[in-house]
Parts: sequence; C-alpha cells; structure tokens
Amino acid sequence: MATVTRNQLLPGVFLTSVHTKKFKSSMLSMILLAPLMQETAAVNALIPYLLRRGSEAHPDMQALSAALDQLYGGTIDPVVRKVGETHCLGFAGSFLDDAYSLDGSGVLDQAAGLMGEILLRPYTQDGAFCPDYTRQEKANLIDRIRAEINEKRYYAYNRLIEEMCAGEPFGVNSLGREEQVEAITPQTAWAQYQKLLGHSRVELYYCGSADHDQVCFILQKALAGLPREGGYEMEQPVVIPAVQTVRRVEESLDVAQGKLSMGFRTGGITAADPRYPALFLCNALFGGTTTSKLFLNVREKLSLCYYASSGLVQYKGLMTVSSGVEFANEKQAEDEILAQLEACRRGEFELWEVEAARRYSVSLLLTVLDSQSQQMNWWLGQAVAGLDRGPEMLAREIETVTVDQAVEAARALCLDTVYFLKGTEA
Amino acid sequence: MEEKIYSRIGEKLFHTALDNGLHIYVSPKPGFQKSYAFFATNYGGMDMRFLMDGQWLDTPAGVAHFLEHKTFDTEDGNALQDLAANGASPNAFTSTALTGYYFESTEKFEENLRILLSFVSIPYYTQENVDKEQGIIGQEIRMGDDEPDTQVFYGMLEGLYAHNPIKVNIAGTVESIAKITAETLNLCHKAFYDPGNMVLCVAGDVDPERVVAIAREVLPKAGHPPVERDYGPAEDQAAAQPLWEKEMAVSTPIFQMGFKDTPPEKGEAWLRWELIGDLAAEALLGVSTPLYAKLYGDGLVNESFSYGCEAYPGAAFLCAGGESRDPEAVREAVLAEAERLSREGIDEGLFQRLKRAAYGNRVRGLNSFENICFNQSAAHFQGYQYLSFPEVFASISKADVEACIRRVAARERTTLAVIWPKGERA
Repeated sequence: MATVTRNQLLPGVFLTSVHTKKFKSSMLSMILLAPLMQETAAVNALIPYLLRRGSEAHPDMQALSAALDQLYGGTIDPVVRKVGETHCLGFAGSFLDDAYSLDGSGVLDQAAGLMGEILLRPYTQDGAFCPDYTRQEKANLIDRIRAEINEKRYYAYNRLIEEMCAGEPFGVNSLGREEQVEAITPQTAWAQYQKLLGHSRVELYYCGSADHDQVCFILQKALAGLPREGGYEMEQPVVIPAVQTVRRVEESLDVAQGKLSMGFRTGGITAADPRYPALFLCNALFGGTTTSKLFLNVREKLSLCYYASSGLVQYKGLMTVSSGVEFANEKQAEDEILAQLEACRRGEFELWEVEAARRYSVSLLLTVLDSQSQQMNWWLGQAVAGLDRGPEMLAREIETVTVDQAVEAARALCLDTVYFLKGTEA
Repeated sequence: MEEKIYSRIGEKLFHTALDNGLHIYVSPKPGFQKSYAFFATNYGGMDMRFLMDGQWLDTPAGVAHFLEHKTFDTEDGNALQDLAANGASPNAFTSTALTGYYFESTEKFEENLRILLSFVSIPYYTQENVDKEQGIIGQEIRMGDDEPDTQVFYGMLEGLYAHNPIKVNIAGTVESIAKITAETLNLCHKAFYDPGNMVLCVAGDVDPERVVAIAREVLPKAGHPPVERDYGPAEDQAAAQPLWEKEMAVSTPIFQMGFKDTPPEKGEAWLRWELIGDLAAEALLGVSTPLYAKLYGDGLVNESFSYGCEAYPGAAFLCAGGESRDPEAVREAVLAEAERLSREGIDEGLFQRLKRAAYGNRVRGLNSFENICFNQSAAHFQGYQYLSFPEVFASISKADVEACIRRVAARERTTLAVIWPKGERA
C-alpha cells in the first residue's frame, strides 16, 4: 500500500512523496507558489515556458529533447495554473520507473537533476533571459491566450469566472492579458524570476517506487543553489458567501450551439469547511453524475442538450453549471436547471439517488489513488489551502453525510452570474 | 485459462475463448483501488455496408454511434443509471472501427460486470426512445460542428481518401440519423453485437476465472462468425486532393497534414506498421528533430503540435497538426525534410534515442487501464497481442523507418487540411 509523507526540505520548500510500487512510471513536480495578481499574471505565466527552452548545460530544445529521450522518453512540462487564488508555476514530469529501464540505469536521479537544472540554471544572454526565446515565447503565450476562444465549452466557463469574480484575484486569467505579455522584456522577466526563486514557497511532489528518504536526498541535490530569502507565507482566497443580485452576461460568436454557464456562491463552504463533504454530495446529486438531477431531467427527460453538469471550485467556494443548448432553448434550460436546484433544496431525493451519488463520490475519490497526476493535483491543492486531507479521508466523511446535511448545502447555494454564448444570427 | 507473462514490462495476461466465439483477456493489477472492464465490438462508424443472410445492406451514416447511445436502454430502464447507482463510472464510445462499453468501479465489480455484459448483449430498442435520442445526438453533432480539431481531422481524411468510409463523420449528420429506426438498430445489433464479433478485456485486482464464469453465465451460448463488410474498392496510393479548407470562429489557423500509406496486413505486421509509423513521425517531425526546432523557433508551430499514425481496414496514414500562422509553409518544410532524410538517412544517435523514448512511453502507458484494455481489444480485432510490443520493437531497424518516410512523405501522398479564422483566407 502507498504511504504519503510530507516534510520541509529547505526553508519554505516542502516535499509530499507517495511511496508505491504499483505504477510503471514515477511522477515528479516542482511548483513555485505566488499570489495570483493581474500585474504579475502574464510574466509569471511566461517564466516556466522560458525556462523550458534551454538551460546552461542544454541550451536549446533539441538538447533538452535529446536528454529526455535518453531518459526513456520522460516528459517535463511547464505548469501554469491557478489553485484558489494562488498562481502555481513550475514543472511536472513523468519518467519510466527505474525497475523498467533496459540497462538498469537510475532514471529518477537524472530526471530530478534535469528538472532542477531547468528550474535553476536557465540559458541566459547578457545576464537575462535569451531575447530570441523571450520573443518567441511571448508570441506563443499570446497565441495561447487567443486560443481560449477555440474551445467554446471551456471559453464559456472562463468567461463566466472572469465576470463573476471580476475584482477578486480569482477572476484573473492565469495566463494574464495580451497587452501585459507585449510589455515583457528579457530583463523584466528575469527580475520577476529572481523574485519568485527567492521568495516563493515551493511545493515538491513525488510518486513512485523510491522511498521518502531517497527522494529527499535526490531532490536536495537537484535543488542545491535555490536562493531562499524569506516571505514564504501564503494568503487564503477571498470567499464571498452570497450576493444580492444576479448578473447576466450575453455574448455572441459565430457558433452552431449555444453555451450556458451559471456560477453560484456556496455560502462560504470551501474544502476547509466542515460542511464540505455535504456540499460534495450535494453537487453529485444535483449535477455531478449520470444519475444527477441535471443529467436525468435536462438531458434525458427534456432532451434539451447533450451535456448539463455541475462542478465545484473547492478552494474558492464556487459551484458552476455548464450546458450546451440550442439558442432558442436557453431560457427553458436555465429555468429547468434552477427548478432542479429548487428540488434539491426541498430535499426531493429518492433513496436510490442519494446512494448513487454517495457511491459515485466515494469511488471518484478512491480512484484518485490510482493516478499519479490526479494525486499530484490533489496534494498541490491541499498544500495551497493549508490542508492535509487525503482523498480516502474525504471519502470516509462522505459515507456519513446525511440527506439533511446535503439539503443544507443546497440551500446555501446562491446564483451569482449567468453567462450565455449565443450565435451571431440569432 | 492461458497465462502469459511479459516479464520485461512487468505484465501478466490471462486469455481464453468461449464456445460462442468471445475472447476474454484479463490483466491482473494488484494494489489498485479500481477495476475496469471493457466490452467491445468490432464495429464502428466505417461499417455501413455489410453482408447479412446473403444480402448486402446499406445503413445510414451514424448508426454505430446511435446504437451505442441506445444500447444503454433496458426493459427496466437504463443501464447507465444501474451502474452509476453502484458507484461505477460507466461510459461508451464509438470510433471508426470499434464500439466500446466500459465501467470502472471500486466496489461490486462482479455485479457491475453482469450489468455490462447483459445490457450490451440484450437489444431493447423502441421507436419512442429512438425518436427522443435524435434530439440529444443532434446536439452532439452540432457541438462537433463547433470543434475545430474535429473538423480539421475529418477535413484531412476527406483530403486523403476518395471513398473509404473512414472519412464519414462517426456521428453522422442530422439528416442521416433522421433515417434511423428501431428496426435499423435491431438489425445492426444482430449483425455486430454477437459474441463472435466481440472481445472482453478486464484490468484490476480481480480473479480471472470469475470473469470467465460470469461471461459464460450471462452471454448467449452460441455465436456467429463476424459478418463481411464492404469498404469500397482499394484506394489509390495518391491523396484524393492536396488541400482542404474551411473557415470557422478560431484565433489562429488550425491544420492537419495527412500522409497516405498502404494499409498493413492483419496480425503482427499491423503492430509492426504502427511501431514503424510512430518512429517515422518522431524522426521526421517529432519534438526531438532539427525540423521541429526550426519550425518552433520560426514561430510556425507551437506546443499544440502533435502527430501519430493510424491504421484501419483499407486505410492507413501518418498525420501531424496543430496551430500555425502559416500551415502551407509547414507542409513545404516537412516535405523538404523528408527529401533530405530520404537522401541522407536518419542520424544514428537520434534514431537510438527515439527508439528508447518510444519504448519508455509505451511502458508508461501501461499505467492506464483504459489504455491497456482499449489497445488489447483493437489488437485482438487486428490479430495481434498488444503486450508483445517490446519484442517487435527490438526488431525494427533504422532502414525500416527510413523506408516508411521515403514512401509516405511524398507530395502526391500528402494532403493539408486547414481551418482558417473567419475572413483571413483571401
């Protein structure tokens, strides 16, 4: 069975390691935590991609690719993500577990060394990031920001969050804004990079067959030279329990199908709240599963859409609903979604619905233990929120949630913003 | 049951065939929370014309996919809900040549397996249910109309193939699915959902003998051999058209290049073709190549660039695509590089590293139960064992890969499909 161990490796540097032999690969990540702010979002988002272009010892992508191919096709991918109101920046890598290398060579030690090198010793010119790399990665970041419109489902979700959380750090796009990317120079990026290295809290994660002591030894070596200058404290997200009026935003694009996104405040319930297990079950009952009210009614009974589902933003205290509908059916879909929420608030659940939602929730959480990347996301989220609850612990708590508690959680939900993306011809 | 041990990659596989013709494969996975069962039929979007009781029958585009949606209906309700009520996560998908039904669960595995085998093998299609589903699938098709990645992929197939049905949208069109009746579904179920045309693959901490016993008990005692299908006359070696274009609401041009190859023979030759095809793509335009470094540096491709190879009855191709401000320049650069490689050969060091990386990636892929079961099923239908890849892999030489590049990356075998942003294509 797997054992999870957490300790402080260096000042402000924490390692969570999951020791297990059940995977063919090992997973390793090095993530710097910074406050999510409009002013730094773009430059922060650029830095992992700049670092990934080349290091002192492997100065270009071809040299880095060759090193990774030699490590049996390992991957080191930039991470730029928001968890709550924290900007998570760094690298996640997947490597062949040492047990399966063809020549018995130790992949992990070399992989950690390479990741540390990319993080700490970038290829530079004139004491800052390489101007060519900076120019190219700025263009790529702008493309990435513009490309958010290509996937309409995701775009509608992002726009909802931007509108609902305007003025809160959570409303900041983790990639920043185009005009801020434009303004970055090799020198400004370098200065921000130095600041991040010196002052960020660092979260390390490992999952694989090596034991904790061995991983500590390997990572201490890989991170030798990391400057530590203090100020590693993290702020917790602003949680708004409820709002007075509902905001409505409608936009049009040349699309064939409308996208409806609805955002709710959870009455202040986040992952840190004792009522969180009840909210988790409530979400499964309402729209989280194929036995949920949204799936059975909005999709199956009324055939209004191909998908209608709800999800939680657990560290920020939000619930969102996403649906793809014909333009003409928007009002009907929205009414039906709210009617189903009302049914949840009145506690109109049949016994089988509750058990199905419970079994689904428990299963969902336990299977996190079967995936190295899902465990990484889990433990990163817990670390950011200052929590240390494993997925199996939350599963145990959900076993004992009562229907009344789930209904209480449903009553705490408060509609904040409705976003609808419609076509240009309607 | 026959037991095979693949010691180099730490895998074990149980296999047996029942009297009704069903093949069963079980991968024991100790230490995992979840178990996964995948029940597949050798029937997909391309199988529209087939021989039944001495008569050639033509069915509308989208039947296999429609059937997949409606197969969850049972006389007592809906199997999706029955499985979900046990906490299982069930789902299904229809691909070009295969339809798969599956669930993963952390409890009640045997009960869930019974439900899976039962609902897939017992047809229950009513006209009322078929009529209702037209709306849901209509929305799914509309959603696909807005997905540039889906559109550009079909565009590439349209460019490569003159008539092979792999180019027909798996979901069909709103018009084609309107022709589907309960009778069509019953007919196709009888033709293709027969144990003799199916395979069951299971991964998890389960007893293989129990899996076999349950399959014997639930499934029909007799089966018939797979029905004959017609995919039209053999395709030319040349691509049907050099260019396919369309405009959509996207931020940057999105492209997909196709390289048409001669389809492999069934059996180990099929696996060999796939392994060589993967390496050919890696050596020609993969992230470790000088070509990729140049394209990336010139801003002609970005991280969205991906590539691979696929084989179907009567059709096989390599492909590569992503976002690019100038897809035509990418095509010219790739063709020029293919010419250079045909002349000079692949760098020996690069080839050895790519092979090592490809091996590691395949082994890491064995973490995923979905991946093992899907690949084992597809391999079974094409007459080979998926887990035998390390041996076949070892026998592939640089000359094999060079021959593949020389063969497929010629101008007349290539097509380019592009989705342009609205109004950008003068």
